[in-house]
Amino acid sequence: MSVPLLHGAGSVHSVWMAAAGGNTPSIPAPQLEYGQLSPMLIVFGAAVAGILAEAFVPRRARYTTQVGLALTGLAGAFIALIVLASQGYGSTKSGLIAMGSVAEDGPALFLQGVILLAAVVAVLLYAERGLDPRTEGGPRDAFTPQGSATPGGEQERQATRAGFASTEVYPLTLFAVGGMLLFPAANDLLTMFVALEVFSLPLYLLCALARRRRLLSQEAAVKYFLLGSFASAFFLFGSALLYGYAGSFRLPEIADAVNGTATTTAGLAISTHNDALLLIGLALVAVGLLFKVGAVPFHAWTPDVYQGAPTPVTGFMAAATKVAAFGALLRLFYVALPGLRWDWRPVMWAVAILTMVVGAILAVTQQDVKRLLAYSSIAHAGFILTGVIATNRQGLGAVLFYLLAYSFVTLGAFAVVTLVRDSKGEATHLSSWAGLGRRSPLLAAVFALFLLAFAGIPLTSGFTGKFAVFQAAAAGGATPLVIVGVLSSAVAAFFYIRVIVLMFFSDPQPNGPAVAIPSVFTTMAISFGVIVTLGLGLLPQYFLDLASKAAQFTH
Amino acid sequence: MNPVNYLYLAALLFTIGASGVLIRRNAIVLFMCVELMLNASNLALVTFSRLHDNLDGQILAFFTMVVAAAEVVVGLAIIVSIFRTRHSASVDDSNLMKL
Repeated sequence: MSVPLLHGAGSVHSVWMAAAGGNTPSIPAPQLEYGQLSPMLIVFGAAVAGILAEAFVPRRARYTTQVGLALTGLAGAFIALIVLASQGYGSTKSGLIAMGSVAEDGPALFLQGVILLAAVVAVLLYAERGLDPRTEGGPRDAFTPQGSATPGGEQERQATRAGFASTEVYPLTLFAVGGMLLFPAANDLLTMFVALEVFSLPLYLLCALARRRRLLSQEAAVKYFLLGSFASAFFLFGSALLYGYAGSFRLPEIADAVNGTATTTAGLAISTHNDALLLIGLALVAVGLLFKVGAVPFHAWTPDVYQGAPTPVTGFMAAATKVAAFGALLRLFYVALPGLRWDWRPVMWAVAILTMVVGAILAVTQQDVKRLLAYSSIAHAGFILTGVIATNRQGLGAVLFYLLAYSFVTLGAFAVVTLVRDSKGEATHLSSWAGLGRRSPLLAAVFALFLLAFAGIPLTSGFTGKFAVFQAAAAGGATPLVIVGVLSSAVAAFFYIRVIVLMFFSDPQPNGPAVAIPSVFTTMAISFGVIVTLGLGLLPQYFLDLASKAAQFTH
Repeated sequence: MNPVNYLYLAALLFTIGASGVLIRRNAIVLFMCVELMLNASNLALVTFSRLHDNLDGQILAFFTMVVAAAEVVVGLAIIVSIFRTRHSASVDDSNLMKL
């Protein structure tokens, strides 16, 4: 009875296949260059292994396993990256891989390297468990013992007593890193959108997992999530419109359609007459990317999220997200829309000026260290945007160098913030930092170094970066922008110096915060920040050369 | 039917979604408005796919659905956790960090 039925099903299937094969365009199986994709694949592989470890490794051993896995994965990916670079990918060989969807070219390799190093430092900060006083339940890290427990509730107390830990943060971070590696390398809007979501979604969750001040942390997560998904919706609709204009998601093909060099099809003949599609699409995609960058007027989330998120996560976001987002922004403007630069440059001028001025002025009024660093990161986004606007190779190299310099200063600064603590956790109010230089001269000196680097004082990496960016902008014909940049740097320098004066020249509060003794992890993270900050300030030439050598997009 | 009409519908849906995000207070409703914006993008993508006679747009539409599903998982987890703490999903109540 069943045999004829099967036969019937088979013949129907073959008829259907024949009909489908006849006139629908077929999708060819993609050819993937696994070797060149290996940095991302290693990170994603480590993340998946981390999830499995979460399921199968006993609770006691999870912390060690996860930290080991995360660091090994990141180091492996970095080695793979170095091997690729030494084989000439990024400089001499064509970087277009995965059917042209991913471009492992110079800027992508450089930024991926920065992201991986920043992620290593961030994982070191995550792994710190010696800052809270040791109580029952064993050592404590910066993350809540159980994300689902109500803050202050009985379940949370029990979880703390039992010594639970949210070791999920390591795989989540690895997933975010994987997305960030893909984001600056994405050569079509589809890949870019997927990468954007892959790195955003874990970050939303990470924001909600602070051990102390969980209400603030959850609030930060809700704000980041709602605004972030709002911005990605803009990005998606913009991509749809650009696709409508160009008939393709590939950035080089969009550039062809803009320049009028694309092979004309019936669809293109209609759509390329409609500049509204192109301009609105460009605006919406730029909104999505500028949101991730934290540029004014899309900056509103930055201070709240930076303040509420657990400090190691804040450091990771501030450094790596900015690098990845600027990578994508550069690729969009330099690969897809160079033919349209007379349209986007004036708008970006306005955004850059607003970002620098608003970031610097609002930072002056802040009373919380984390919020202050958040506004400072907004101002820095403005400085980097001046390099983007330069639209020359020099500007591209300067932006790459600036991102390298900035990410380690910012990670180092947030690492210092994790150490200044009172009984309620981190003491982030500025008043409690008064006189820190007398209690703990070394830590205050390190923080002062980072602040001087933010301000762009010579002999620090910040100066080299700013100088390179402004020089490129001036060469690209944006002198007024440079003047605004220098003026807002001066305003910004005022509040950095104010914090330094507060730390060294005012009396400590009687019941002020204590400086926790960090374990080897935080010490390593801070030392790395100090070394990079001084190294790029004193001997920048090698890295400047590296950045300018990398500054060439593959089309 | 002229495919351009579908684009007008997509733009309308996108605008309704965007204004909803700006006007409404409840986190869940906000979230639904974001989903509406994503669906508007899908409609535009499929229309353009038809216009250009290639499949790229339809493929991104599938990716959008997957991403939207992943976003629901993450978003509802965050919203539910804050709801259990505060017994309210209004975004106006989340104001601990006001200056």
